[in-house]
Amino acid sequence: MALDQSFVGRSYPPTAPYEVGREKIREFAEAIGETAAAHTDPEAAKALGHPDVIAPPTFVFTITYRAAGEVIADPKLGLDFGRVVHGSQRFAYVRPVRAGDRLTVTSTIEAATTRAGSDFVDLRGDVHDASGELVATAWMKLVARAADDGAAEA
Amino acid sequence: MTAKIGYDEVEVGTELPAGTFPVTRDTLVRYAGASGDFNPIHWNERFATEVGLPDVIAHGMFTMAEAIRVVTDWTGDPGAVVEYGVRFTKPVVVPNDGRGAVVEVSGKVAEKLADRQVRVDITATSGGQKVLGMARAVVRLG
Repeated sequence: MALDQSFVGRSYPPTAPYEVGREKIREFAEAIGETAAAHTDPEAAKALGHPDVIAPPTFVFTITYRAAGEVIADPKLGLDFGRVVHGSQRFAYVRPVRAGDRLTVTSTIEAATTRAGSDFVDLRGDVHDASGELVATAWMKLVARAADDGAAEA
Repeated sequence: MTAKIGYDEVEVGTELPAGTFPVTRDTLVRYAGASGDFNPIHWNERFATEVGLPDVIAHGMFTMAEAIRVVTDWTGDPGAVVEYGVRFTKPVVVPNDGRGAVVEVSGKVAEKLADRQVRVDITATSGGQKVLGMARAVVRLG
């Protein structure tokens, strides 16, 4: 199924703010087995120059993915969500996400292509803090595989 | 941001200490809860096999989170990461056999950049197969 090309370049309004808490950062760090004190101890984080505990680098995906979910679920885009796998992921950080941040995500569809029956969607999520400063950008490639092309991956 | 490794101490080819990260079903349930990704292919064997997978597989984002630990453990400051990207090339299959899977990660300085930054190329394998492609991070050193 071809993707609706009119979606390319489309940006969505910013999400409601996500408030980053110390205990959420601790929970995420524990879930990935990460023991660095900068994720749990504000003093250790300050010793590294951060105002409060910082999140592991991939934590921000939990926020951008939620925002992306609203975009890719739009039936007009034509992406078959049941066949979607995560093809690639990239982040650029202005600074680490930290406790106390109130983050909003603005999602943009950068590309939507179809090759050999599979659909590819490139989504960018720009993450801003409460003062409007850019904190990080996430790029996600989603792949909806051709119906006869085996199974999902990640 | 204060990385404990100095820019002047590293050369192209400098190898980072490698890491070995075990993954069990328990790990995936915890990651599902912490990340909010409850896709059943990461915890429900029946569902995973019905959609054609060999077994339950790890979240790609879990593998991505483990792989960067080799870099952040090396620099000593998880906030020193400037860029990080991967392709998800093969799933990490996690059997329910009490042992699960292991992700082995290594990294090497591939390029010295301006502004005391370096590019690290990361290799992540599980069961002898590469699970991430083009895994690269840019970090700012001290």
